[in-house]
Amino acid sequence: MPTDNRPLSPHLQVYRPQLTAVLSITHRLTGVALAVGTLVLVYWLVAAADGADSYRAAQAVLDSWLVKLLLFGWTFALYYHLANGLRHLYWDTGNGFDLETVYLSGKIVVGMAAILTVLTWIIA
Amino acid sequence: MAQFKLPANSVIGKGKHLRAPEGARNTKAFHVYRWNPDDGQTPVVDTFEVDLDRCGPMVLDGLLKIKNEMDSTLTLRRSCREGICGSCAMNIDGTNTLACTKAIDEIQGDIKVYPLPHMPVIKDLVPDLTHFYAQYASIKPWLQTTTQPPNRERLQSKDDRAKLDGLYECILCACCSTSCPSYWWNGDRYLGPAILLQAYRWLVDSRDEFTGERLDNLEDPFRLYRCHTILNCTKTCPKGLNPGKSIAEIKKMMVARR
Repeated sequence: MPTDNRPLSPHLQVYRPQLTAVLSITHRLTGVALAVGTLVLVYWLVAAADGADSYRAAQAVLDSWLVKLLLFGWTFALYYHLANGLRHLYWDTGNGFDLETVYLSGKIVVGMAAILTVLTWIIA
Repeated sequence: MAQFKLPANSVIGKGKHLRAPEGARNTKAFHVYRWNPDDGQTPVVDTFEVDLDRCGPMVLDGLLKIKNEMDSTLTLRRSCREGICGSCAMNIDGTNTLACTKAIDEIQGDIKVYPLPHMPVIKDLVPDLTHFYAQYASIKPWLQTTTQPPNRERLQSKDDRAKLDGLYECILCACCSTSCPSYWWNGDRYLGPAILLQAYRWLVDSRDEFTGERLDNLEDPFRLYRCHTILNCTKTCPKGLNPGKSIAEIKKMMVARR
């Protein structure tokens, strides 16, 4: 019997989103976002080093509402990635693996990231 | 490399719809993945309305009722019907579990039944587990020793024996491995949670004398380290085991022996 025409069973298409996997892919996505965000930071620093005119121009760009929205997203990405990174560090000690703790720590990570993001924007 | 979309021959179409017999008042729709290797068609999802007043309590009972009374060509693996053989592992209501221990009334609305995810399908709900078993063989799941065998059993303290609890209960149903996105994208080289839990079962066995060789075999960017602690495995295990924790313990052993 030929076996090379066997279909692949559905995976992402049918698997119900799990908190475990959603937080995991969010960790990766925030990591990618932060890498891109570093370019903006570099742009800002280069502008500052280049002199007052360049700095003023950069400030104008960063002050636009679109960039502010992005910066808000990057703030969340930073805190989420940091908090979840600590969660991973804890896991690396072999602890926190029972399902209840996994869910609790996951909710704490999301909560902390949200609170710290809002606090940062209130203070800044 | 991750392929998020299904290949053309795997895209799922709409199948037939079979109604419950006249007079059935308490029915539940089962949407079941079908693929026949002999008719040259792509997979479809058939709908069967099952009369729950004349059906056992588990999803497996529903599937067997469909096979007995509505469509005898429905193909699935089953054996023990009590959660110890692992044959009827499949994707039910969006997560992987054993059809025989999943109660129908635990599921709200229609019941969707697919084969274990991201596996080659042999027919209907029967996935090809050849590669999964080959990976199991690769970890040499038996006691390995160099010392002279004693004239009696190899003894173990109660504490050492207790280290195997939560490991020996694994029935190799493959629910965890096929719930793991890492295994979906890199299953050709990543061993996956089920096999790594088994690997750990031999690593912590106080009677085994090949711990170093076993760790050497796992020291690989793919075989062990494609685990990114997603933990879909632990979430879905129908036996309530914790493959994610076992993998973390292996990673710790790797660091500790440096």
